Amino acid sequence: MMLGRVEGNVVATAHHPAFDGRKLLIVQPLDETRRPVGTSILAVDMVQAGVGDVVLVNREGNGNRQLLKMGPIVPIRSLIVAIVDRVDVDGGGASA
Amino acid sequence: MYLGQVIGTVVATQKAEGLEGKKLLLVRPLDHRLQPNGDDHVAVDTVRAGSGDLVYLVGSREAALALDPWFVPVDAAIVGVVDDVNAAVAKIEAGASRP
Repeated sequence: MMLGRVEGNVVATAHHPAFDGRKLLIVQPLDETRRPVGTSILAVDMVQAGVGDVVLVNREGNGNRQLLKMGPIVPIRSLIVAIVDRVDVDGGGASA
Repeated sequence: MYLGQVIGTVVATQKAEGLEGKKLLLVRPLDHRLQPNGDDHVAVDTVRAGSGDLVYLVGSREAALALDPWFVPVDAAIVGVVDDVNAAVAKIEAGASRP
């Protein structure tokens, strides 16, 4: 799973039925000290995350399918599964 | 999943089983600032996207699951046509003129 910060959302009226009623958020990947790494991705939200939240994104479809309980054929690869309260890094590099 | 812009179409007569009748589009991946992000590639369309559309895609194994039948050899699928991108950096209207 990946740490990231929610940067915004994407609105799409025409979409695959699997995305019906789902919130699609822009997530900037972060390292353990909350510095941005790489480029943004899109992820479906299932924990009511909002802009500015640090979140945990599962980037693997099978786990997502089990969580979403929508059957075996769900084309959702990135799913926000947690809002992160804090990350403690051993060795003093902690960030609240 | 990621944003992209449709920049062309691909026509192939001889196709693997399962790909018959599927629309193949050339896509340029974009970040949330709508700047190019990675190499252009071909994706299967599931939402009747057209040339110039801002879209979002799913990659890897899950791309095949967007199709019916779903046991097909694809690694990128267009699963939505984007109306708006709302990000802290800028509010971007889809369809607004941009390169």
